Amino acid sequence: MLKMKDVSKIYRADLIETYALRSFSLEVAAGEFVAVTGPSGSGKTTFLNVAGLLETFDSGSYELDGTDVHALSDDARSRLRNERIGFIFQSFNLIPDLNVQDNVDVPLRYRRLATSDRRERIQSALELVGLAARMKHMPSQLSGGQQQRVAIARAIAGDPAFLLADEPTGNLDSLMARQVMDLLEQINDMGTTILLVTHDPELAQRAQRNVHLVDGQVSELQAYEPRVRAAAPLGETAARA
Amino acid sequence: MLAYYTQLAFRSFRRNPGLSALMVLAIALGIAVCVMTLTVYHAMSGNPIWWKSERLYSVTMDNWDPNNPYHEQPNLPPPELTYQDARHLFGSTIPQRKVIMFSTSGDISAAATTPARPARTRFTTADFFAMFEVPFLYGGAWSARADDPPQPLIVLSREENEKLFGGLNSVGRTVRWNDHEFRVSGVLDDWFPRPRYYDLNGGHFQEPDSVYLPFAWGIAHEQLNDEEADCWRPEVINSYPDYLASDCVWLQMWVELPDASSRARMQAFIDGYWAEQRKGGRFERPRNNRLTTVGQWLRDREVVDNDNRLLVGLGFAFLAVCLINTVGLLLAKFLNGAAITGVRRALGASRRQVFIQHLIEVGVLSLLGAALGLGLAALGLAAIHHLYAAAHLFHRGGYQELMHFDPIGVAWALALAVLATLAAGLYPAWRVGRLPPAVYLKSQ
Repeated sequence: MLKMKDVSKIYRADLIETYALRSFSLEVAAGEFVAVTGPSGSGKTTFLNVAGLLETFDSGSYELDGTDVHALSDDARSRLRNERIGFIFQSFNLIPDLNVQDNVDVPLRYRRLATSDRRERIQSALELVGLAARMKHMPSQLSGGQQQRVAIARAIAGDPAFLLADEPTGNLDSLMARQVMDLLEQINDMGTTILLVTHDPELAQRAQRNVHLVDGQVSELQAYEPRVRAAAPLGETAARA
Repeated sequence: MLAYYTQLAFRSFRRNPGLSALMVLAIALGIAVCVMTLTVYHAMSGNPIWWKSERLYSVTMDNWDPNNPYHEQPNLPPPELTYQDARHLFGSTIPQRKVIMFSTSGDISAAATTPARPARTRFTTADFFAMFEVPFLYGGAWSARADDPPQPLIVLSREENEKLFGGLNSVGRTVRWNDHEFRVSGVLDDWFPRPRYYDLNGGHFQEPDSVYLPFAWGIAHEQLNDEEADCWRPEVINSYPDYLASDCVWLQMWVELPDASSRARMQAFIDGYWAEQRKGGRFERPRNNRLTTVGQWLRDREVVDNDNRLLVGLGFAFLAVCLINTVGLLLAKFLNGAAITGVRRALGASRRQVFIQHLIEVGVLSLLGAALGLGLAALGLAAIHHLYAAAHLFHRGGYQELMHFDPIGVAWALALAVLATLAAGLYPAWRVGRLPPAVYLKSQ
């Protein structure tokens, strides 16, 4: 469902060319949980941006759900991003002057869904992350863990096929980080494909597969044992955070 | 989405209230100056009877000094006629309507026992009211039959009727003008043509007269116009008949000619009269008899001078400077919010949607600026009014009336300002849509 072949991404500054991705190839099947690791500057975030259609690439091919994205217009890429992809960022990236409900509403607005449909989706996404009672709270009134859960709710409210998470636990303490990971695993269990960029080898081991990047290339592919499913239901786990 | 984008615009204002206020103020100042200069310009240049401009003609003949023209470059005849010429031309049956007139002042009262007050008075012929489309509140004009022999009939302005009769219907009532009794035939509704094109003596923006009396009555009672008659040579005038027979000009004449054919016939009639008089020793200058439309009349009489045009140019230049500043402020504001735009892009907003969202924000800003600008313009025009009032600078006439907004002019100025602001916002809105979202997502 995600298929990159020989993808290269070059950043040019004056006469200097830097390869952020060099002949990068990767296939991710539907429902997989893949961790992407590597040292700083190895191209992890560039890979995520290209995969999430936030950046274009210079050569190679990239198919998302069978669609060759290289030739798509900005409108079509944006529509695909809106309908098929959810983003989770290290610094949460909630819009500070929108309350929780309105933040989750943002991607749904761009899909031009009916008000009642949007309301239902917001409600169920926030229930899933255990924050339905905080709908009218502003981001500044929430803890870091809660803000990241709102960001997760925003990412999944549109029911995307892909969830792209860039260091989602990087700004959280270990307890909150574990709870966010629990949440991601449970979303994956519901069928959503997850690509997780992380520095943390321990978190990477919670994925089904680890892709290790060095200098914009895949240096190692490692498969892990299937994880043991969490005993507690999702809402309960999240509510404790 | 329009409602959503408008909502986002107001949120954005709350996020940067200082910067937003500065932009609204910049736009408002530009619009205020533009509206003020346009209002003044429009009031001073507008043709108040534009819909009849090609039917109404001022009649002039060049009876002036053979050695010294009345007005050089362009070579214009005197703006008024002698009594003998006006009287003869008035006898023509070619015009659909025709008017000869002069203004004077008199004292008016509602009864012999009440004190009389001065009133600006116009002696005119019956067609005046229909020709210049003067609205009536009560009654109407006197008929053409009442012109000759003249009947003691009077038409009052609405303001004068308020003073004399408290605004009640006074048709049929008697008033005294310079100790003569007149019966009220009609009361005008509000009427204030700006400029007062049909008689530019005493100031281009003078108020209309307070009372109107039959022209022939004024001649029969030896009334003089309140401005001195213009004579090109010394005249010996010992009596009123001498005055009427003189070559001094003092009467305004207007005719209504419905088509080109009647205009040509009227011109031929005037030229024929001119040729006949020339044989008798008058009209020694080359033929220069004119039928002048209202628009051309206003240009010939320099109702709008170059200073006003320059002022409008400066007003628009000021608006341009304000808008250029606004572009800079918009860029700063939009780039300041680039991280949020990056999040929106990541969540599915296309460049086009980001562009439209920011353009709507510009539109809301421009409307707020326009609303504030209108308020500032009203204050500015009121200040102009007080400035002129304090300095008693009304001798050129009626500046106090220029403070009234002209609705069409203001609508044009506002539409122009909003469009100009939107045009100014195109680049910042486009620029923010082109920002690479990934850079701002990482840096937030």
